[in-house]
Amino acid sequence: MTRALTPRNLVTAALLIGLALLPLYVALTGDRFMLTLFTRIVILAMAAVSLNLILGYGGMMSFGHAAYLGLGGYTVAILSFEGVHSGFIQWPAAIAVSALFALAVGALSLRTRGVYFIMITLAFAQMAYYLASGMARYGGDDGLSLEARSTFAGLVNLSNKTTFYYVCLILLFASIVLVWRLTNSRFGMVLQGVRSNETRMGAIGYPTFRYKLTGFVIAGTLCGLSGALIANHTDFVSPSMMFWTRSGDLIVMVVLGGMGTLFGPVFGALALLFLEQFLPALISAAVRPINPAGAAKAGEYWQLVLGPLLLFVVLFARGGIDGMLRSLSRRGADAEKARHD
Amino acid sequence: MTDALLNVEGLSKRFGGIVATDDLSLTVARGELHAIIGPNGAGKTTLIAQLSGQLRCDSGRIRFAGEDITALPPHTRSLKGLARSFQITSLFLDLSVLDNVALAVQAHAGHSFHFWRDARTEEALRAPARAALERAGLSGRADSPAAALSHGEHRQLELAMALAGNPRMLLLDEPMAGLGPEESARMVAKLRALKNDVTILLVEHDMEAVFALADRITVLVYGRVIASGAPDEIRANAQVREAYLGDADKGSVHV
Repeated sequence: MTRALTPRNLVTAALLIGLALLPLYVALTGDRFMLTLFTRIVILAMAAVSLNLILGYGGMMSFGHAAYLGLGGYTVAILSFEGVHSGFIQWPAAIAVSALFALAVGALSLRTRGVYFIMITLAFAQMAYYLASGMARYGGDDGLSLEARSTFAGLVNLSNKTTFYYVCLILLFASIVLVWRLTNSRFGMVLQGVRSNETRMGAIGYPTFRYKLTGFVIAGTLCGLSGALIANHTDFVSPSMMFWTRSGDLIVMVVLGGMGTLFGPVFGALALLFLEQFLPALISAAVRPINPAGAAKAGEYWQLVLGPLLLFVVLFARGGIDGMLRSLSRRGADAEKARHD
Repeated sequence: MTDALLNVEGLSKRFGGIVATDDLSLTVARGELHAIIGPNGAGKTTLIAQLSGQLRCDSGRIRFAGEDITALPPHTRSLKGLARSFQITSLFLDLSVLDNVALAVQAHAGHSFHFWRDARTEEALRAPARAALERAGLSGRADSPAAALSHGEHRQLELAMALAGNPRMLLLDEPMAGLGPEESARMVAKLRALKNDVTILLVEHDMEAVFALADRITVLVYGRVIASGAPDEIRANAQVREAYLGDADKGSVHV
């Protein structure tokens, strides 16, 4: 057994190939719903990858990351509402707005640590949420529908769902490559040093604030881009996409998948959205033989099952899904070694 | 003592009603190993923290290589060549031993806004890091996670990280803390070898080590300097024996 063929690498490779071939499955089975679901998974995975950069690698527990999804989404929707449909304008604008917001939030919040940092990032995200609710011209609480998806002047047609899926997937892969390069660069080493021991980083000569701020802005910007994608995916934006529970979902994806690992957030997004989608039906099916009348109702309590499941992962599988795969790989390597000895 | 590298004048620090540093003045000459001793609570670690910039002093002035550094933040002082090690091991436990030292090297290699190239393959960072590990006697453990090291090895790693930036002066806060006799002896040998290359301010409880290594010793009690001089002078100083050891009746400080 060569080291490249560990269970972890095999599962990761299978995931990536599976994602790339999904439209083929959809074309063969005609299961359009899967394409919709997976487009959503890919977009939110990208948001989780961006959060992982600061949470997993930088140790910054941002509890307001969904704000960037909303900002990116609203930028696209508002421009579209005002008659600007070109993605060449919409997407860079979404990126710029998210970057500026991240710069402002980071400049204030990164001077604090621990609970205060969490609370400030949360407060800013809620501010964005209420701001969006208050914009009467753009639908307020009811949200805003996109008249049309972003246009790219004949380059790609995002109205084609398969094309759109691939655009999202390419951007997800690009984000992963970006995070991979970043985290192994000098900048990334500083980020991980800060996560590990910020006081010591100062003592050995790093002005940590500016590196944390840079990481924070990169993560926010990347998430803003996934916000632009999600607006195009649902053809709709609403304040609820910035609500604090959405930020919580992103954190759960990162923790569930494996903090500070390259593919962890993708596993996490996939697992959480799958559970969200199929757990209710699964519970209903399990309850039906016992209580046929209450089966449908039981499915509504799927979060009662999800909660303990997350608790289990946090308590017993510290590294999340990726951590489980890694320990599986290690066990395999040990067994292999024992056989040779 | 004309060639002062570090010069402290009238340093004071209060925590509420407690005076941690009381009008303290101190000069460390270039090239010497200057030890600070004193009973628990004498303000030794507080002094190190003020010198390295983690703590602001209430009043007084710190000059390093002729430059007033009193108001500078820790990272700037570190870049000017003033490196500290920590009494309580303060490492990047989830990174490898070599990564720990390479981070210390990187801190002194310009800004770190390099986003693409793999830092772990940069010889400009790895080679000096390996050299510092070698000097600290840890080259054998370069690829272990820092968390897997023994306490003695952690102390060595602390030293390697302080050395990594080629500092002009080392502030060592109890490098022997918690070491067994054998490890202690090894650390003393390490420090003696370093003495020729770098000025050292050593805070240490291990009297044997202090008297074996120091060129000058300053005795701190309740944040105040009660004596400063060559080891023999300190050994003979009645005030030191009384205040520090509380046994003025006995003939000498046992070393």
